[in-house]
Amino acid sequence: MSRTLDSLQPGDSGVVKALDCDPEAAHRLMEMGLLPGTPIKVVRYAPLGDPIEIMMRGYHLSLRKAEAAGILIEAAGE
Amino acid sequence: MAVELQTPPSSGVVPIPTGKSLRRVALAGNPNAGKTTLFNALTGMRQKVGNYPGVTVEKKEGRCTLTPGEEVLLLDLPGTYSLSPKSPDEEVARDVLLGLREDTPPPDAVVIVLDASNLERNLYLATQILELGIPSIIALNMNDVAENSGKSVDAHELSLALGAPVVPLIAVKGEGVPQLKARLLAQLDTPQLPALELPETLEHARSTLADALSTPLSGKRSLEGARGVALRLLASEVQARTVGEIYGSNAAGTLAEMRADKHLAPLAVGASEAAARYAMLNPLVERVVQHHAGEASKSFTDRADAILTHKFWGLVIFGLITLLVFQAIFSWASYPMEFVNQAIALLGDGTRKVLPDGSLEDLLVDGVIAGVGSVIIFLPQILILFFFIGLLEDTGYMARAAFIMDRLMGKVGLHGRAFIPLMSSFACAIPGIMATRTISSRNDRMTTIMIAPLMACSARLPVYYLMIAAFIPNLRLWGFSFNLPVFGERYLGLTLPTVVIFSLYALGIIVAMAMAWVFKKTLFSGPQPALMLELPPYKIPGWRNVLVTMWDRGSQFLKRAGTVILAISIVLWFMLSYPKIDRAAVENVPTISPASGIRPGPGNAPPVLNEPSAEEAETDRENRLAAMQQENSFAGRIGHVLEPAIAPLGFNWKIGVGLIGAMAAREVFVATMGTVYAVGDADETSQSLKDQMKNDRWPDGTPVWTTLTAISLMVYFVIAMQCISTLAVVKRETNSWKWPLFMQVYLTALAWVAAFLVFQGGKLFGWG
Repeated sequence: MSRTLDSLQPGDSGVVKALDCDPEAAHRLMEMGLLPGTPIKVVRYAPLGDPIEIMMRGYHLSLRKAEAAGILIEAAGE
Repeated sequence: MAVELQTPPSSGVVPIPTGKSLRRVALAGNPNAGKTTLFNALTGMRQKVGNYPGVTVEKKEGRCTLTPGEEVLLLDLPGTYSLSPKSPDEEVARDVLLGLREDTPPPDAVVIVLDASNLERNLYLATQILELGIPSIIALNMNDVAENSGKSVDAHELSLALGAPVVPLIAVKGEGVPQLKARLLAQLDTPQLPALELPETLEHARSTLADALSTPLSGKRSLEGARGVALRLLASEVQARTVGEIYGSNAAGTLAEMRADKHLAPLAVGASEAAARYAMLNPLVERVVQHHAGEASKSFTDRADAILTHKFWGLVIFGLITLLVFQAIFSWASYPMEFVNQAIALLGDGTRKVLPDGSLEDLLVDGVIAGVGSVIIFLPQILILFFFIGLLEDTGYMARAAFIMDRLMGKVGLHGRAFIPLMSSFACAIPGIMATRTISSRNDRMTTIMIAPLMACSARLPVYYLMIAAFIPNLRLWGFSFNLPVFGERYLGLTLPTVVIFSLYALGIIVAMAMAWVFKKTLFSGPQPALMLELPPYKIPGWRNVLVTMWDRGSQFLKRAGTVILAISIVLWFMLSYPKIDRAAVENVPTISPASGIRPGPGNAPPVLNEPSAEEAETDRENRLAAMQQENSFAGRIGHVLEPAIAPLGFNWKIGVGLIGAMAAREVFVATMGTVYAVGDADETSQSLKDQMKNDRWPDGTPVWTTLTAISLMVYFVIAMQCISTLAVVKRETNSWKWPLFMQVYLTALAWVAAFLVFQGGKLFGWG
């Protein structure tokens, strides 16, 4: 089942299904390694609730919830 | 540590130009990969920092001695994640590598710095660069960090896979650097990287464009390089005309044709490239990287972040660190600043003794020496701030600070990285504005610069103290008093003066946030760039790096801003001192000041005025002459001219002169008030100054200074732009006079309106 990245909780993992956001932003996300088929894991949310820290391809990246809302994830264990 | 150089079998050689001119070597890599650490290790202090013409991107060049007699010119390119740029910094990196910048010829060789602990993403940029066909060396940095995360990279395998030599390094410790230099000395071939496999349409386009490029590029790049350049041009927004200028009309025409095809729009090309590249990189990285500890083992970074970005403790620690940095700039800096003041005063006095009285002496002491002093006084705050910034950046904590603050900053359209510059501006906007370089989005950076002066800087405090001591009653609002032995009665709680100061700070912050919102919607609007903040592993800071940053920023300030500040402060001195009155011709200077005081008469006689001593009378006469001199000066005359414009704010011409003096520095307002009220050398504690101010009258007899006037003045100071040094720094950072001018105008106008509303509003309510 597909969910958006901003709906995942710390500790959840999954695989990227699609990037449904502004093309410029999508391009940069892909260049950073966030492509359909990439496994990711949610590490934590910032103390004030935003942004989200994820782990992928061996490094940590943080995204705003607004940006994460456009990233469709196939969550693990669903 | 024994380091093996890995070099693949060579072929496809492009001769490296030899001869009189120095070889130019570019340093490229991701942000946080240690590129700058390597640059510092290779060049030491032999660095030159300037600007790329036309953009506000820093150009860092340096000389590196590979071996006695053999030097190269090193160019530290801005850190970038990809050669498809999303910011002016990244655009410059791409343009230099493609030879698209007139002012910077393409490099003869490239050193690509990789973070070994993060290989896959780092290789994205690396392979893009290797495809350009420039002789390259891979500097595999941060092997120690990789080891700590349980990974190790097989440098030999990597070199075979990439078709270029790999030099393992730990730049911050200097390990591997001699080997890198040795490798740069030896013959460098073009990379033998297998071409990226692309979807058919794109592949066809790339080959066609590469053919059109092969003639202009021949001799400079290999055939493979032409394909790499072609892909970059297809994936970018570079104008066909620019391409024509560098690569000829054939290439430009071919590119323009392809652009007409919507399947070959740059973003579509970019998306295909990203998918293809990572598809190539993933198996490559699996071959080259070995994992030791299981994935489950937590690295130091993970454990540290569990606390440092914890919902509660993370905020607490962040608050403490922020407070520490602020305290350092605010109060630790005051010791060296005091030292500078004393030194300048001594120098001034010494010069007065040596030189004959006259205009030259005045120019040197009050103009030049005082002017130089007003520049150097900022150095302690700048050095301290950049010490901390260097430390926070190098350890990796800075990214966490941006991570924590982003939500708050985002509410007014700013980036989390704007927090540290704004917070520093509470001590002084100058280092704060200089620190905005870390903000990559131009719109965000400009907005942050434009609102930084609204953060109440420490120079405003003497003005606030003077106003509060003279006109705000020391009411106790809420708290309790208690009796201490020895110290007597002490009060612990809220007083009116404290509330006033706090309100002034709050006003500044509120206006800043409001203006940020306005700017982001109007002048500096644009799509909010995505955050995409990398949180790198924590590292031990490189002390050499930190010191080089401090030195670099300090000397840049002195050279660029310092000259402007000195020039303008001499002009201001001139305006306050000339034209000179003829002292000998002045006759009617009253010698008894009404505030001399009274003493009880003998016995039961009524009180009598104190007779001033001869010395007191002389000082008094000097002060009055100084006041007359100032009124007669250009500044004094301008003060009179300004009076109608500032009277609605409750200010008279004397305050006008003070505002002019405050242009040099806000705290100068107090000293100027001292002179204009004939009190001589005054500071914010001077009782006689306060008395004289209270005695000042408008022509109709009403007092000039009331509590309302004081509040109006303080509100004016919260908002108004009164610091030529800040303007000079803004000019340096934005590379134009347009923005300092705009800043001066908008803040002065805003301040006028605010003070007007306060003063007139207050009078309406009957407080006047």
